[in-house]
Amino acid sequence: MEGALGLLGPARGRGGESEDTIDPLFPRLSLRPPRQAAAGRARGLMGGTRRSVQVPRFRTMPLTSWGNHPVEECVVARPEKVRDLLAAAADPSVASVISRGLGRSYGDAALNAGGGVLLHERLNRFLAFDPETGTLECEAGVSYEEILRVFVPRGYFPPVTPGTQFVTMGGAVAADVHGKNHHREGSFAEFLESLTLLTGSGEVLRCSRTENADVFWATVGGMGLTGAILTVRLRLRPVESAYMAVDYQRAGNLDRALELFESSHAAGGSGGSGGYHYSVAWIDCLARGKSLGRCVLMGGEHASVKDLPERLKGGPLEIRPKKRRSVPNAIPSGLLNSLSVRAFNAVYYRSQRGGRRIVPYDSFFYPLDSVLHWNRFYGKRGFQQYQVVLPPETSRQGLVRLLEELARSRRGSFLAVLKTMGPSSGGMLSFPHPGWTLAVDLPHDPSLDEFLAGLDRITLEHGGRRYLAKDAGMRREAFEAMYPRLGEFCAVVRRLDPRGRVSSSLARRLGIVDGGGPGAGPRENGAAASAGSSAIGAGEAR
Amino acid sequence: MTGQGVIVLGITSAIARAMADRLASQGRRLVVAGREMEEVERIAADLRIRHNADVTPLRFDAVDFDSHAGFMADAAAALGGRFDGVVLCHGAMADQADAQADFALTKRMIDTNYASAVSVLNLAAERLLEGEQGGGPKRQGRFLCVISSVAGDRGRPSNYIYGSTKAALDAYLEGLRARLAKAGIAVTTIKPGFVDTAMTWGLPGMFLVAEPQMVARDMDRAIKKGAAVVYTPWFWRFIMAVIRAIPRPVFNRMKL
Repeated sequence: MEGALGLLGPARGRGGESEDTIDPLFPRLSLRPPRQAAAGRARGLMGGTRRSVQVPRFRTMPLTSWGNHPVEECVVARPEKVRDLLAAAADPSVASVISRGLGRSYGDAALNAGGGVLLHERLNRFLAFDPETGTLECEAGVSYEEILRVFVPRGYFPPVTPGTQFVTMGGAVAADVHGKNHHREGSFAEFLESLTLLTGSGEVLRCSRTENADVFWATVGGMGLTGAILTVRLRLRPVESAYMAVDYQRAGNLDRALELFESSHAAGGSGGSGGYHYSVAWIDCLARGKSLGRCVLMGGEHASVKDLPERLKGGPLEIRPKKRRSVPNAIPSGLLNSLSVRAFNAVYYRSQRGGRRIVPYDSFFYPLDSVLHWNRFYGKRGFQQYQVVLPPETSRQGLVRLLEELARSRRGSFLAVLKTMGPSSGGMLSFPHPGWTLAVDLPHDPSLDEFLAGLDRITLEHGGRRYLAKDAGMRREAFEAMYPRLGEFCAVVRRLDPRGRVSSSLARRLGIVDGGGPGAGPRENGAAASAGSSAIGAGEAR
Repeated sequence: MTGQGVIVLGITSAIARAMADRLASQGRRLVVAGREMEEVERIAADLRIRHNADVTPLRFDAVDFDSHAGFMADAAAALGGRFDGVVLCHGAMADQADAQADFALTKRMIDTNYASAVSVLNLAAERLLEGEQGGGPKRQGRFLCVISSVAGDRGRPSNYIYGSTKAALDAYLEGLRARLAKAGIAVTTIKPGFVDTAMTWGLPGMFLVAEPQMVARDMDRAIKKGAAVVYTPWFWRFIMAVIRAIPRPVFNRMKL
């Protein structure tokens, strides 16, 4: 890696020039370190064209995602033009590249230790919108927040949304995100008509259910490993108001919660139409014994105008901007412990009376977005989210075992969520699967991965799987057993990207890519290098 | 000001895009122009969808001076015959050492930052003045808003070729401002410090880096006030005052 970069030599701007073009007589800008030192920090892209005045650049910087764990040094480009994205993706000064949106995956999916990371945040342009059908075409860097801001006032809503609006459309495809309506409407893929993809070999492919279908289904849920998603076409749903009608219900233990979900919340299994459109439960993971799995269930519908109180009927689609608070960067790592979380959970559980309320959409879908940087509550060490889905047959038993383990471990989970899921989308590495999904946030510590490996064994015994977008430490053996279509996925990736241009820390850790192709040497640090040489994914594919 | 027509030059720069976004949200009609048509069209589509705005993408090549008159005519036509303001955001910055060694790079900066601005603003000024001679009613809110740089405030060894193109631009704008003041047309010089754009991404030693949206907000306010020279963010006025005040013997020994 260092060797490849060293060849490029100095660079503010121009990768291909050699040292001898620098006249040592001229003073350096004191704001910048000397050029030799700068070479490691800023690398040019366009290789040696002396005429070019502005060129896209890489910036070497420590990068982390939402869990603040791990933190890895990556070589980062932030193109503002499509051309610059293509150039950065092909730039030989980085061994491999992975796309990154707003960094809301929790672990290392959008990290590439020692390799290239392409930020899509400035490639966020809306390209076409058809008000008749609600079809929106936009660049992959467009976020839910932008879609909501622009389209809610016009009466449209993103049909599948994760629990934060700071997720890009590229990220939504790559994780095949699901929302509180998965039991009814499936994942993001259900509303995704097509996408364009820049593959590892530099080709731009249009993919849909009918065109390059295998690439489409590899890209949906493919964690960015098929290439850089350039644009997406998706259908928005019409809504009458910016409000949600939400019913709150308490369930004193897990069985009661599952029963409530099945009777009133999920139409999924029973196929009835009476269930809530959106449903989710906040679950107290520290409750034990006969309170194990006690929940507050929330069931929601888009409120129609007639549901609204009089004062809101005049402007049902008006968004009232909320004041967002931010969390400072100096919270001690131990603040969220089993005691503080237990106290919070007890108060929260008791404070939830039943009944219906009309709330703005963001309070229902994105309660935590009103506190920017809430991940800092976990301090410097960060946290991990453990999210799994268990099939319906084994759910109850599996959930009980997982919850017992969690309660026994006394690892305080501030945020824990339970909900039902409907049919899978067809994405080869897509997470959603019929059954029940449980997500818990756990403060990171050196023993956490070992503990989670234990939970993985329980998950596997019950035929479940763990969500890659949340994962920061799963072991390859567990991953391979959880995702039976891995071989199919690897075959598509190998065809699109025979030289292994696209890679991420997650992909190497899990052996999805071997990272050992020509000119794409694996990173030097960590176990990934050795993991790469014996990639089981590769063996399976061939 | 609703419905006013504004031309934004150099639209593919992050500051220009942020500025066009503000202008479109205020209901102004826009011509957005730049050299790379594919990008210009994407940005135009984006502005239309976000703001239901009337936006026309046009090709504008800053260093093709002969094309400027035709461009101005097309831009005016797209805005219904006349426009009320121009926001000029195009610019180029090469590394000082490279520019010293290669005059082609220096010339590129002179052409882009200075010569093209003179060419296109001369034409814009004439169009804004049209109708004045006939004694017609003065149109309110006409402006030229041009991005210069703090680098133009004093020639520093580290960046004086780029800085000199901006200093020349400043002097030109000073004169143009005085001339157009009589007609009630504001000429605003914007002097950004470090802004978080493709121009500065990956450059070592950046500090106090501002978001393009923040610069756009300052530009918008400056236009509404008809301000003459605006530093953005504001503290650069003081930083540059200090740098200008350094006595020459000291300045010559510093690495600035």
